[in-house]
Amino acid sequence: MLFALPEMLMLAMCCIVLLVVAFTGNRRIMMVHALSQLTLLMTFLTVFWMMGDGGLTFSESYIKDPLSDLLKLAICLVNMLVLSYSYRYLQDRNLLQGEFYVLALFATLGMLVMVSAHHFLTLYLGLELMSLCLYAMVAMHRDSFAATEAGMKYFILGALASGMLLYGMSIIYGATGELGIEAIAAALTNEELNQTVLSLGIVFLVIGIGFKFGAVPFHMWLPDVYQGAPTAITLFVASAPKIAAFAMLIRILTEGMGDMLSVWRDMLIMLAVLSIVVGNLLAIAQTNLKRMLAYSTISHVGFLLLGVLAGSQAGYAAALFYTLVYALMTLGSFGMILLLSREGFEAEEIDDFKGLGQRHPWHALMMLLLMFSMAGIPPLAGFYAKLSVIKSVVDVNLLAVAIVAVVLSVIGAYYYLRVVKVMFFDKPTQQPHIQAPVSVQYLLSGNVLAVLFLGLFPGALFALCARIFS
Amino acid sequence: MMDFPLLSVLILLPIIGGAALLLCKQNNKLARQLALLVSVATMLLSFLLYIGFDSTTHQMQFVERLSWVATFNIEYYLGVDGFSMPLMILTTISTVLVVIAGWQVIEDRAAQYMSAFLIMEGLMLGVFAALDAILFYLFFEAMLIPLFLVIGIWGGPNRVYATIKFFLYTFFGSVFLLIALLYLQFQAGSFSILDFHNVSLSLTQQIWIFLAFLIAFAVKIPMWPVHTWLPDAHVEAPTGGSVILAAITLKIGGYGLLRFALPITPDASMTLDWLVIGLSLIAIVYIGFVALAQSDLKKLIAYSSIAHMGFVTLGLFIVFRITANEAITIGIGNGQVLAIEGAMVQMISHGFIAAAMFLSVGVLYDRMHTREISAYGGVANSMPKFTALAVFFAMANAGLPGTSGFVGEFMVILAAFQANFWYAFLAATTLILGAAYTLWMVKRVFFGEVANAEVAKLKDITAREMWLLASLATIVLLIGVWPDPLLNVMHASVDHLLMQISHSKI
Repeated sequence: MLFALPEMLMLAMCCIVLLVVAFTGNRRIMMVHALSQLTLLMTFLTVFWMMGDGGLTFSESYIKDPLSDLLKLAICLVNMLVLSYSYRYLQDRNLLQGEFYVLALFATLGMLVMVSAHHFLTLYLGLELMSLCLYAMVAMHRDSFAATEAGMKYFILGALASGMLLYGMSIIYGATGELGIEAIAAALTNEELNQTVLSLGIVFLVIGIGFKFGAVPFHMWLPDVYQGAPTAITLFVASAPKIAAFAMLIRILTEGMGDMLSVWRDMLIMLAVLSIVVGNLLAIAQTNLKRMLAYSTISHVGFLLLGVLAGSQAGYAAALFYTLVYALMTLGSFGMILLLSREGFEAEEIDDFKGLGQRHPWHALMMLLLMFSMAGIPPLAGFYAKLSVIKSVVDVNLLAVAIVAVVLSVIGAYYYLRVVKVMFFDKPTQQPHIQAPVSVQYLLSGNVLAVLFLGLFPGALFALCARIFS
Repeated sequence: MMDFPLLSVLILLPIIGGAALLLCKQNNKLARQLALLVSVATMLLSFLLYIGFDSTTHQMQFVERLSWVATFNIEYYLGVDGFSMPLMILTTISTVLVVIAGWQVIEDRAAQYMSAFLIMEGLMLGVFAALDAILFYLFFEAMLIPLFLVIGIWGGPNRVYATIKFFLYTFFGSVFLLIALLYLQFQAGSFSILDFHNVSLSLTQQIWIFLAFLIAFAVKIPMWPVHTWLPDAHVEAPTGGSVILAAITLKIGGYGLLRFALPITPDASMTLDWLVIGLSLIAIVYIGFVALAQSDLKKLIAYSSIAHMGFVTLGLFIVFRITANEAITIGIGNGQVLAIEGAMVQMISHGFIAAAMFLSVGVLYDRMHTREISAYGGVANSMPKFTALAVFFAMANAGLPGTSGFVGEFMVILAAFQANFWYAFLAATTLILGAAYTLWMVKRVFFGEVANAEVAKLKDITAREMWLLASLATIVLLIGVWPDPLLNVMHASVDHLLMQISHSKI
């Protein structure tokens, strides 16, 4: 039971924050902010302190292993950065309310549960806790038409996806009589199971996972939510939940259904290739940076799935590396939009970055590094992320998939270059100051420099990812 | 000597220097001095490579080998041989020239300009020194970023189109290289290029890998028909960018063929040599005619670069035809050595001549702000000193005996005779075509009546420009009359390469 200590701590703190918010309203929002950060920090430290030994708890429905440790650390860290980046943006827009922190913390708790789930029901519990908080957060800006529409869309499609996932789980339960991940894996070794029913179940599971990731053709909600939600919320939705979704993917497909690789691999190939193609092609046409990043996310999801569908330990490790790097890059790029936004002005059109190279050379350089990293140009982390997944695909002899992926990444380079182009080659049309506090600017620079550092010395993180899956 | 990590220092010094330059934001004077200091120091250090180089062996020298990404077996593995060492020295010299050439010309964000070139220098040196495939790819790609910015920020009116075209073209080529390298690693079990040389591959595998290499490097060289980015990039780039493009980035394509395509896929190279020879001859003849029709000075030189690089690819691939003709005689004949060395000399020599030509255009452009040939005429009257030097470089570009331009072309043509008379015949037309477009350009720009009042008011070159061009002229002349110091360092490597490509890998 102690294995779930970080989550229990988090839950207790969530309740405290909830009470504080209930009694102080928005008068002590600074304190709520600090308390939320403290919660995340404490959880982070607890996970860090408990690293090492692992095992099962709560009647084998909860697992603590190196994968869950790493992902929890990442989730806490990412969300701490998200809260820091968002503060000023939300304050300027009168959105800095207690609900935001409560929802964010509960969503984080859901993610932690997902990461550690070792049972279909625990997994579903975590997923719903996270998703319901996210729906509410997206719609938090009640007066904004786009935000409410995005929230509605997210809620309906998300509920549909959860339903699919649950349906898939019930079919698997029908076929195997088990709900625990390990028990299912053991049951699948039985040759006499009805393969058709199992395959049907897997179809629904993959659809559910695809929805949560935003893989094509289940991506419809993603661009609207990214564009419609306030940027701070987009940042929250875009970064840590992807890490949790990765855990869900690994727990269900590789740990639970590892024996059915031949069944789900073809599905993932289709999802991955479609995501890379559609994501990259549609991103070209966007003029809104948030929407462009949404399509770029779809293509990143495709790349991430490449690692998983390789079906090898190296592939899973590559996908894990990709997920972490993706979260870091997404944090940086949405953080940059937040940084340049100010009261009454959203820096979310690509043209809003015009001439940034002359206005704020340092921030433009940071954005340049992020864009080149996302395009997969060395020596940045995005290059190694792409390299490792493509290598794992080449290693299992899926050359055609690898070639499609790299060719499309050239097309992808075009829209990232366009951002660099407007920053450095166009004349500035306005001369606004950056209002974000210096500390956030330092934090953001540190975030981007981490992307550069991981590009120069990816060895340690690679070794860590490889060790988790060995 | 061997313990001193000379190659790492050569790569890191300019990169760190370039990053440091970014700190002196508005202080252009300090930035220039620092850039000159760093580039000259790098150049002097690179001479140590030549001094310490052992030309009796084909083995890699100045080797540094460290594990880098252990999970994938990627290493930080550096070393030079007779092919890469001269190209590295070419790189360091060119960068010094670029820094001096940009001295008074670049006023807008000079620190960033110099910084981009220094970082680029480090990356290009890395390309030549890398012996690990991923390390090579890393430098190969990273190099695009500063060049992309240089053309895009300091370029001409149509710079955005040109620089995005340049970036996407080269990026498109190199992703196939990446797939090929990953596939080779899958076969060889390591990313070391030298291990790739020894891995055995079936003909089908080799052909696919070869095609991937060819796409990647043909775009860089550039070969017809993927050359269209080059004229645009050259025309729009600032003088320094043009110099680096012509002098070094094009050479990386040729170097890539030498280092990857020939030794890793010898059988595929032999099977598909008709393709490369055909494309090279088209480049030499057809692009020669295209150059004749240009009205823009930089475009003319850009097209002449493509034609000259055609000699490099021709030299590299006629080797197989010569071998086929000498099937009876066992061993490596003189013809093959001549072909490869000719290609190498042509690369080095074109590096210096093209740099000089672009610097000369830069001199004119700084004064007149136009590159149209028709805007000039009778420049010799107002700029006699400059005219003397520029005409010398034009002659070198046309392949005048006594200049370095002659040596490489002559060697390749001689070798081509041993392969097939018609190859040699077609290649030799460049002596006429090259002379035609270069000399006609010289006539229109420098001689004849003074075209207009602006030309009449032109001031002759300053001491800075004089030194710049004179030092290049000296190098061109030296290689032209005494190429031995250059040839000697590459003999052993050439012999080794010929041995590698004469052994089938199937």
